[in-house]
Order: sequence, then C-alpha cells, then structure tokens
Amino acid sequence: MQKIMIAKAKELLQSGAVDRVLGWKTGEFAYDITPAVFETIEELEQSFVYDDFCGANLSKYLIKASRLDGKTLVFLKPCDTYSFNQLIKEHRILRDNVYVVGVPCEGKTDGETLKQHGIKGILGIGSQGDDFIIDTLYGEKTVKRADVLPERCQNCKSKQHVVYDELLGEDGQVLDSHRFDMVEKIEAMTPDERFDFWRGELSRCIRCNACRNVCPACSCEKCVFDNDASGIAQKAAADSFEENMFHIIRAFHVAGRCTDCGECSRVCPQNIPLHLLNRKFIKDINELYGDFQAGADTESRAPLTNYQESDVEPSIVYHKGGNR
Amino acid sequence: MLKLSLDRLNDLFAAVAADQVLYIPADDASGQARFQRWHDGLEMTGALNTVRSAKDFFFPQTENLVDFKLKGKEIEIIDPRTEHEDFVIFGVRACDARSFTILDKVFLVDPVDSYYQSRREHGTVVTMACTQPEETCFCTAFGIDAAAPEGDCSCWMDDTSLYLQPQTDKGQRLVDHLGDLLQTCDDSAVAAQQQSTRAVLEKLPFANLSLDGFDGEHLLELFDSEKWAELSEACLGCGTCTFVCPTCQCYDIKDFDTGSGIQRFRCWDSCMYSDFTKMAHGNPRLTQLERFRQRFMHKLVYFPANNEGEYGCVGCGRCLSKCPISMNIVKVAKSLGGENL
Amino acid sequence: MQDVKTTFKPKIVAFCCNWCSYAGADLAGTNRLSYPADVKIIRVPCSCRVNPMFILRAFQRGADGVILCGCHPGDCHYTSGNYYARRRMTLLFSMLDYLGIEKERTRVEWVSAAEGAKFAETMNSFVETVRSLGENKRLEDLRCKK
Repeated sequence: MQKIMIAKAKELLQSGAVDRVLGWKTGEFAYDITPAVFETIEELEQSFVYDDFCGANLSKYLIKASRLDGKTLVFLKPCDTYSFNQLIKEHRILRDNVYVVGVPCEGKTDGETLKQHGIKGILGIGSQGDDFIIDTLYGEKTVKRADVLPERCQNCKSKQHVVYDELLGEDGQVLDSHRFDMVEKIEAMTPDERFDFWRGELSRCIRCNACRNVCPACSCEKCVFDNDASGIAQKAAADSFEENMFHIIRAFHVAGRCTDCGECSRVCPQNIPLHLLNRKFIKDINELYGDFQAGADTESRAPLTNYQESDVEPSIVYHKGGNR
Repeated sequence: MLKLSLDRLNDLFAAVAADQVLYIPADDASGQARFQRWHDGLEMTGALNTVRSAKDFFFPQTENLVDFKLKGKEIEIIDPRTEHEDFVIFGVRACDARSFTILDKVFLVDPVDSYYQSRREHGTVVTMACTQPEETCFCTAFGIDAAAPEGDCSCWMDDTSLYLQPQTDKGQRLVDHLGDLLQTCDDSAVAAQQQSTRAVLEKLPFANLSLDGFDGEHLLELFDSEKWAELSEACLGCGTCTFVCPTCQCYDIKDFDTGSGIQRFRCWDSCMYSDFTKMAHGNPRLTQLERFRQRFMHKLVYFPANNEGEYGCVGCGRCLSKCPISMNIVKVAKSLGGENL
Repeated sequence: MQDVKTTFKPKIVAFCCNWCSYAGADLAGTNRLSYPADVKIIRVPCSCRVNPMFILRAFQRGADGVILCGCHPGDCHYTSGNYYARRRMTLLFSMLDYLGIEKERTRVEWVSAAEGAKFAETMNSFVETVRSLGENKRLEDLRCKK
C-alpha cells in the first residue's frame, strides 16, 4: 500500500493537482512515526511511510493546511474520515482546498502498546503473516499482531470511508463493535466503585493537555482552560476537583461531536482510558435521543444543538444510570 | 560493598520505612511504573523507569507558596510550609540521579529556592543500576554510566541479591541504620553485571549520539536554522515532553481565589504552551515553532552555555516514548547538530 | 454523639430562569411560603444560559446541591432554550453519576411564574434530599473549605 500511496502522491504533485502532501514520516525506530508535510518527490521517496504504526489522525492538521495557498493531499484512514467530516460540518476545514485519498487500515499499533506487552529494547519490527517479528536488544520476539493492537482498533467501529475524493484499495463496512462493553461494566458498578475507579484513573493526570491538543473535536482557538479571563484556567490540577472538572468539561464540550477516533487515549502518557468518558456520552445519546454517529455525514444536526419536545426529563438519570 | 538477599528486600524496606518515608517505583493500575509510598508488601516494578521522573520529590507539580487571608480590612499572610519529613527515594535510575545535579544548578544558586532546598536536605536518593536499557536510552551521550549510578547510595540487583554502596554521608547513615540486615561482600558480582550492562549500552541505537556544535558559540546559527519549521510542524503544543522530563524546571506562579482568601501557588509550566511566559504585553513567542525551538535551545544551547557545558538533558528517553507525534530531542540533535551544522 | 444528618445545613445553589422560576421564587416570598434560607438563588436569563461549568463551579465553591429551574417545556420565553438545557443537563447528570458522584445532588425542575407553591415545595424537598446525603465530598475543592 505504501508504494501505491507514494506513486499516487507523486502523480498528483507532478501534475500540479496538489501542492503538498500530508502523510506520515519515518523516524529513528520502526515505530516512531511523525505526521509530516511533503512538498517534493525527493521527500516522499526518502521518508514517506504507511505501515502498522501510522496511528496518528491527520484530520486536525487540515484546519491549518486547508488555509494555505493551493491544495493539500491528505491520506485518511477510515476512522480519520469521520473526524474530517465532522470538521467540515463545523466549518473548520475548507473542503475545496483538500484532496482526500482514503486508505485502508487493519488497525494501528505503537511502541508504547508493544512495550506494555513486555517487549523491551525494540530495534526493528518485521511482519510475517499474522505476526510481528520483533528484533530487540534482548533477542527476537514474535507476537500476534491482533494481540498488540490498542483497544480502539480491537473494537474498531468502522472500516468504511465516509468521505474521499479517491479511494486506494477496497472500502470496508461499518462494524458491530463491542466498544460500549466497558462503559456498561462501569455503569454496573456501585457508585462507590465507580468513584474509586475514576479517582484511580483521573488522579494520574498530569494535565499535559495532549488529549485536548490531539483531539480533532477540540478545535477552539482558545480553550477555556487556557483563558485567564475565564476564571477556571488551569496549568496543573492543584486539587482533585480540577482533575474531575477538566475531564468532565472536556468530554462535555465534545459530546455529540466526538467521533470516537480514540486519539485521546492513544496519546495519554499516563494511559488514562479517556475514551470511556466520551463513549459514555455517545452511549447516552444513542439510548436517549436515537443512534447518532458524529462525522458520519456533514448535514445532520448534532444531538446537543437539537431537541425533541418529547425528550426525556433529566430525572431519568435517577432511575437509569448505573447500579439501578 | 554491602549485600542483602532478595528474599529479605521487604525487610529492608520495612527497616527504612520505620523512621523515614520510603518511596519505591511500583506498578499502578495502568500497568506503568510510578514512585509510590511503600507499604508492607508493595513490590518493585519490573519496568525500566517510571513515567513521571523522580524530580517530583524535590520540585512537585504544584506547591503552595503563601496564603493570604482576609480578616476585615486586614490581610494576614500565612506561610503554609510545614517541616518536611525525612524521606528516601529508592530505585532512582542513573539518568534521574543526574537530573538532580542539573536542577541544583537552577534552584540552589543565588537566590536559593528554599522550598526546593528543604526537600533536597530531607531526601536521601538511593539509585539502582540499569541492567536492561531500552532502545530510547541515550544517557551515554551525557557521560552518565547507567551501570554505576550516582546518588547517596548506589544499588545493583541481580537474581538473588541486592548490592549497596553508600556514596555520601547520607547514604552511609542509611546503611548504618540497616545494621545486621546487610553483609559485607566483594564487588565481583557487581563488576560482572556492570560489564554485561555496558556491553548492552554500547549496542544502543543512540550510543554514539553526537552533540557536537551544541554550544554557545553556535547559538545564532542554531537559532536561525531553517530546519525548525520542519521539525516543529507536527507539534501539538501539548506539555507531555516537559512534564515527563526530569530536567524541565520552568514554573508559573498563580493565585487561586478560595472565596475567603488567596492561595499563591506555583505549578510546572511548559514552554510548549501558548501562554508560556505571558507578560503584560502578551506572549513573546507567538508561534509553535518559537515555543518548540525554545525547549531544545534551552536544553542543548542556553543551559550548557551558562553551566560549563553541562546539557539540560540526561537522556532518559521519556520524551521519546511519550511524545504523541514522536518528535523529540534526538531527532532535533541529529537534524541540527554535527555535520549538519 | 450528635446525628450529623439532622444538624447538617446543606448549601444549595439554585439557578433560576428570569422569566419563570425567579418570579416563582418571588411569588413564594410574597405568599409567605417558607423554604430554607440555605438556598442561594442565581438569576439567569434562561435555563439554557447555564453552562455545565456553572454547575461544577458551584460544587467547587462549596455547594452541596445544585438545582436548575426553568420554564415548563413549551413555555420558554425564547421558544426553545429549555429544550436544549434539558438535553445538556440530562447528559451532565448522567456523567456525574458515571463518575460515582451522587446524582441526587443535582436536579432540574420546571417552575412557572405562577407556581410559588411549587417553588417552595421543590426547594424543601431538594434541601431534604441533599441533607440526607450529607456534605458534598466527591466534588469538592478542599482549598475552598479552609
């Protein structure tokens, strides 16, 4: 696929159809891939990469890139296309300045996930059938590819591209995933258990803002948490309250707009399962206001900018909610 | 050199914890390591290093500096400090141990930071030699020997025993206090382990990372390099690299209105943030390129220029493994330094 | 030992829409209907003015319970504000519950300008509920309690 993509990018660059290519660039190791802009054939040949480690969602970079002169070619994986569509809907990306090439994805992993599976000193990674053959400082290791995929890919919601100008490879289907299983599990806990679970997770937060800054739905020019005039600007969580507040409000601000791309959990240095907050809102919205997938289209009204006269009353939470 | 059988490690921890607070690196719910207060039965992690560095003990993420209370028309000023307890951090790696030397050069020079100083005085650092470094490690570039860590007391661990070598008076007092638990031994086991560790260190991908050209002499040349644009273009502007870094030492001082008074506290700041060093006129670094450049210029150029060539980095590799977009100091050094200069 | 729950006086913040429940509170007052003095009313132009952050901030500053009162669905002065508020608060309360924070500390009630009695009843019952829960411990900011 990488070869086909490079060929496509070269063709469009050479013909002048696009002025730059947004893709992924090789690093020092097999897994440390960086989103990058390619403007020349040489750059593409030298360092363009598309493999099992290109997890970064490129959609958010288009907010800026689509405002540059000329057209930007971007490669989007199926789940990235949802974020792209959502940003189109919110008028954050100028669609006319982007040429979207959909690329297939069989799940992406990263160095951190491999290390969580006990692999130390990774020098090189090869694949053979369903396995990764990993050359390490401490000998060769073989792991099943499916075992070392992060949660978001194990519970992939869709292999379908919802937007593209051109598609490389076959398009997939929206999948029946088990992505709400863990949310249900938490809901089934007692309030005390839920409180302890979330305190345990959120207390590890170091307020690096990686979740916010990577999130395609967090596209405010000035975040309320960075705005000194807001009265709630925080650079660090000085109290457990601020940990809760940041994560509740962040999840709330993207409620109905979060496409569940899972970037927040991917980038969290403390491995906080942030997607479980977003998925709670998605699950609630689906159950209370009808199934809704943010980014699936560019026209529908988002659940929180919409209403029905027959909507349930907030008191439903007293009866519904966890541990009923 | 002193020795303890590993099956008595818990006894050693208990003896240390009997009159000081003891922290050891242990796994948390996410399966990653962090320093935790020892309690009976808490086991050491198998991970090479903690996600957050050991600097937290001396320079915590948030710290109250002073409280103001309103009493009618009077403002009462309260020093919220209480005397620190003596504490021991066990299992600090060589890289983090060196980071304290770097932080000392910031906080213990005139004007001395008394908050930091007090913690340094009360803390005893027990280091642990590495045996299985990761591919992201590049401490060798800064002259750090992971097989012979600095600290108040250095330790080595093999399958059966823990070996201890006190290095300072504080370290000596600690082992004296442990008394009968420890036996004296020769250093043959440690020497053998060091040899095999150093063989691995030589094979690391960044074993020969060159920092040639990163000095005050080349300041303007590096500052004006056109490569910063490419290096910083994907940067998200998050604070991950700075907050997991053992040597990042920038902080902000903020006031929190409690409703009945003010709490003035300081908290870590990140040069990656849009409001870093914001002043009355606004922000001196308007683009992410400038903020990104600041981080690496500080560590690789400004800091050594002001501190006899000592870099503001210890090669722990945390930023390499944690950056969301995998951009890091090694990529910067390789791109700008050496023959590329 | 004294029973904490009977002596505890909860602090309640009530966000009241200017066009209905705020007038309802007035009516309760002129009718000399009593409700606990621990209810602090904050007047808002519409229930949909209330950002989830307001609710959290109230808890941070020491509230033990937060209630939002607006016009009955269909009667919004601005046609549809309360419909949006209804969705927002439903989701917010559900999230608080998900985090293990007592859901009974938050409530939404629709109270019109003519319903002085309902306003007083609502406040009495809400204060009673929060009193039985005790002090807010799960969404407090210790710095504000010194």
